[in-house]
Amino acid sequence: MRPPLQRYRNILDFALSSLLRRKGRNLALISVYTLVVFVIASLVFFVQALKREAHELLAQAPDMVVQRMVAGRHDPVPLAQVEAIRNIRGVDEVQARLWGYYYDPVFGGNLTVLATEDAALAPDAIWIGQGVARSMRVKEGDLIPLRGYDGQSNLFSIQKVLPESSELVSSDLVLMAPKDVRALFHFPEGLATDLAIQAGNPRELPTIAAKIVELYPDSRPILKTEILRTYEAVFDWRGGLMVVVLGSAVLSFIIFAWDKATGLSAEERKEIGVLKSLGWESSDVLLLKFWEGTVISVTAFLTGVLLAYAHVFFFSASLFEHALKGWSVLFPRFRLIPALDGYQLTVLFFLTVLPYTAATLVPSWRAATVDPDAAMRS
Amino acid sequence: MIELSQVVKTYQAGLATPFTAVDRVTLSIPAARLTVFKGPSGSGKTTLLTLIGCMARPTSGRIHLHGLAADALPHLAPAEALEITSLPERFLTAIRRRTFGFIFQQFNLVRGISVLENVLLPTYPTGEDPRAVEARAVARLESLGLARHLRSSVDRLSGGEAQRVAIARALINDPAVIIADEPTAHLDSRLSEDFMGLMSEFKDAGKTLLITSHDPIVYDSELADLVVEMRDGRVVSET
Ligand SMILES: Nc1ncnc2c1ncn2[C@@H]1O[C@H](COP(=O)(O)OP(=O)(O)OP(=O)(O)O)[C@@H](O)[C@H]1O
Ligand SMILES: [Mg+2]
Repeated sequence: MRPPLQRYRNILDFALSSLLRRKGRNLALISVYTLVVFVIASLVFFVQALKREAHELLAQAPDMVVQRMVAGRHDPVPLAQVEAIRNIRGVDEVQARLWGYYYDPVFGGNLTVLATEDAALAPDAIWIGQGVARSMRVKEGDLIPLRGYDGQSNLFSIQKVLPESSELVSSDLVLMAPKDVRALFHFPEGLATDLAIQAGNPRELPTIAAKIVELYPDSRPILKTEILRTYEAVFDWRGGLMVVVLGSAVLSFIIFAWDKATGLSAEERKEIGVLKSLGWESSDVLLLKFWEGTVISVTAFLTGVLLAYAHVFFFSASLFEHALKGWSVLFPRFRLIPALDGYQLTVLFFLTVLPYTAATLVPSWRAATVDPDAAMRS
Repeated sequence: MIELSQVVKTYQAGLATPFTAVDRVTLSIPAARLTVFKGPSGSGKTTLLTLIGCMARPTSGRIHLHGLAADALPHLAPAEALEITSLPERFLTAIRRRTFGFIFQQFNLVRGISVLENVLLPTYPTGEDPRAVEARAVARLESLGLARHLRSSVDRLSGGEAQRVAIARALINDPAVIIADEPTAHLDSRLSEDFMGLMSEFKDAGKTLLITSHDPIVYDSELADLVVEMRDGRVVSET
């Protein structure tokens, strides 16, 4: 009897002009709504990006790291242990790692100085990460002075700036020859910072760890899987921090949406009565309210998500970088690698658009099902 | 013809304070004529019109439409009688949309949108071609002297203009029956005369007109074919 498509279009057109005539109210509504979506989406993007970075970091990490503890603190490991541990069954490779943190007083950040045996490294030269290059404003071929333990400046030439794969992995890195590391930090010969261990079969790692502790009771083996699990617990969708923060954000949003949307003003109620008396069906009124709610929520959703994307990936999540990372000094222009996850966007969409739409429909449905004779009285 | 038999409307039926606003009304309203309902305030005139206009259902009694609802319900033979009190809601909606045109006492224009949009409101759910209905609406508004106000917001109209917008809106779906509740309550006597002039045109066009009024300009008019007087929900005279 009625061409349905035209009906949808007519009612959509009216919904749009309806929204326009309550401009102030609807703009306020969209702003608050956008803000909520922005905060939630920023958080989701940010945590997801950090998680990715952490995974990449760990992918390059050894299966197990062995530290030595002295008086409950991390202490250098004697190189003599390398041979002994290499002889434990199941151990493929033991590498003594030599590294430390260097505090740069000029720009007030920490660098990670790591020794490398790479033959491509020229004498008295270093390789640096992108973050270091940026904050020190240096490029390939420049010379930079690093202050040694004795206060003397040591000049190094920059042979290479490491390519940007994942900034968390390499951004604050300074690679130099082992002898330069020892000279810079006055690190004694015969000691290493820690030991990196690769096993042929990862399932043997717990046994290997137990044997190491037996051999050297003052050592502390840290398994990669343990670190991974900690990351997962903190960043995971279903457990940990994410769910708590996200849950409370969504909850407060639902309360907001409910509060905003359920209150049909007397004028709106009357208007629904008038429409019904003019021959609108309840379903027409609901369609109108549905369009109104959809226009508001989709506008707010898209704006919020776009703003959050820019915030996280172009402005380095500046709003909560400090709270969550706590090490932003080194990375004044730290950038996460942009990534979007369809699953997350879908979840986000349903968590924000659905509650709002439901919250607008329920009261309209109640109003739309009353007799239209209310329109006759005022 | 609209035929009412033993129609009762009790508000708050079943509650502690039931109130019978329309009490056992039996009445025949002729088609293509002007019928005026008069009577003191609270006598049940508005209530009776909402029952006839399918905006509320009576508590008991029957209302038949004879040959008036054919546009709304195409499966109906043109002259067939239709008993509306027991119809499902979606048929009532169709009848409200196609058979009746309402002119409310407070006009009930939707604020914040233009005159033209207000007139088009009843056509949105029908899914008719928007250009055709718009042409119809413009023609109607022009014939009512509102050509200059097509795009004005209804908020700024004078009382007489607002009423003519309400009339144009009531007529947009070309209803067989026009229902006007206290149409002259907000008009001065000249505008009231103008209104009656319009009603006479509609009557000539074959519309059935139902008007409630306290106003002698309406119920003493020679246009009125039938004057129904009500008191305390009952019909006390028909002249
Ligand atoms: N929803 C309702 N609930 C209870 N009583 C109602 C309701 N609607 C109307 N009434 C009562 O029904 C009676 C008839 O009302 P109605 O509006 O039909 O009178 P009326 O003849 O149109 O009066 P007026 O000339 O003042 O417009 C009034 O006493 C009114 O208070
Ligand atoms: Mg009345």
